[in-house]
Amino acid sequence: MADVTHLETRTLGGGESGFATTKFEALLGWARKYSLFQYPFATACCGMEFFSTASPRYDIARFGAEAPRFSPRQSDVLWVVGTISQRQAPVLRRVYEQMTEPKWVIAFGTCASCGGFYDNYATVPGIDKVIPVDVMIPGCPPRPEAVLDGLMLLQDKIGRGDRTPETLKNTALPDGAEEALEKLYQIRMKP
Amino acid sequence: MSKLILERLKAQFGDDILEVSSFRGDDVAVVKPSRWLDVARFVHDDPRCDCTYFADLSAIDNCDPRTDELDMDDRFEVYVIAYSVAKKHRVRIKTRLSGDEPRIASVIPVWSGANWMEREVFDMFGVHFEGHPDERRILTYDEFKGHPLRKDYPANRTQPLVEYRDGTFNKLGPFLQDEGMPLNRTVIPDERQ
Repeated sequence: MADVTHLETRTLGGGESGFATTKFEALLGWARKYSLFQYPFATACCGMEFFSTASPRYDIARFGAEAPRFSPRQSDVLWVVGTISQRQAPVLRRVYEQMTEPKWVIAFGTCASCGGFYDNYATVPGIDKVIPVDVMIPGCPPRPEAVLDGLMLLQDKIGRGDRTPETLKNTALPDGAEEALEKLYQIRMKP
Repeated sequence: MSKLILERLKAQFGDDILEVSSFRGDDVAVVKPSRWLDVARFVHDDPRCDCTYFADLSAIDNCDPRTDELDMDDRFEVYVIAYSVAKKHRVRIKTRLSGDEPRIASVIPVWSGANWMEREVFDMFGVHFEGHPDERRILTYDEFKGHPLRKDYPANRTQPLVEYRDGTFNKLGPFLQDEGMPLNRTVIPDERQ
């Protein structure tokens, strides 16, 4: 799978010869990525944004991921939507352990990704301290468009068989914007 | 707001009311810890006070660990806010407790709604409520050592229930370095226990 570049997963080869060629892993990944059953582990305000994404206006069903299964044993994707407290961490790990392979995890929002602004005794500083994470979606909360981007990133990673954790990047900024942001950041960080 | 409740309290309890103050309608009475339950019962039962509605019970830690002794005499302030729905007035009753084994009578016999509030104060500050039927932690877990809202609890001490996974936890872009908590923070065990 190493020769496949980002976002250019090619499942079927061949041509006009009347045959189609593929690799077993590529076909399997293609089948898996469009039939994701999700387990929403919604604990905080990000849950509202998750419901919005799942409802008809943004319609997550377009991406083959519309079926929520409220049993971890029947689901493929664990959406961790919101802050995870230290007290809740055992529950989260138990839910993850109950899911059957293959399974993926999406950290929805800044709190699930790195603890957010909760820097205290009560909050887990990012769920990857407890369970492995595939995609982290930043935002407080992320917009539904960002969530759909994160889902598409996960589907792309499933197609490629890539299990390294990845954070959803911002879309490309206009010319000169990055330099301006960097300058602003330097000014802000001055003591 | 009339100072009716403060006057009633002073007439009833005399020197056991240590100080009273009133600021923009907030009436505060500081009482001796030994009369805490009696004062609570009085503002509830007295027909002219009639504070049957229990609004809040919480505590304040007034100690600065850099300069003060941890067992100073007036370290903890426990207060209860009571309101009268019929008379439309409100009073805040405070008492001051020592930092060494803080104890106070429970006000559950007066307002049963105080049950979970007192459990929270016990959990966060370690103040014991005598006569509480079920004094357990309510927000943190049984394995938790210490009381997190005490000023001498280190701000960066965490006590995870699940052992953290191995490996590096560097912050991935586009999270800025000052956004969220540092992912490489370590677990600081409680050495006193």
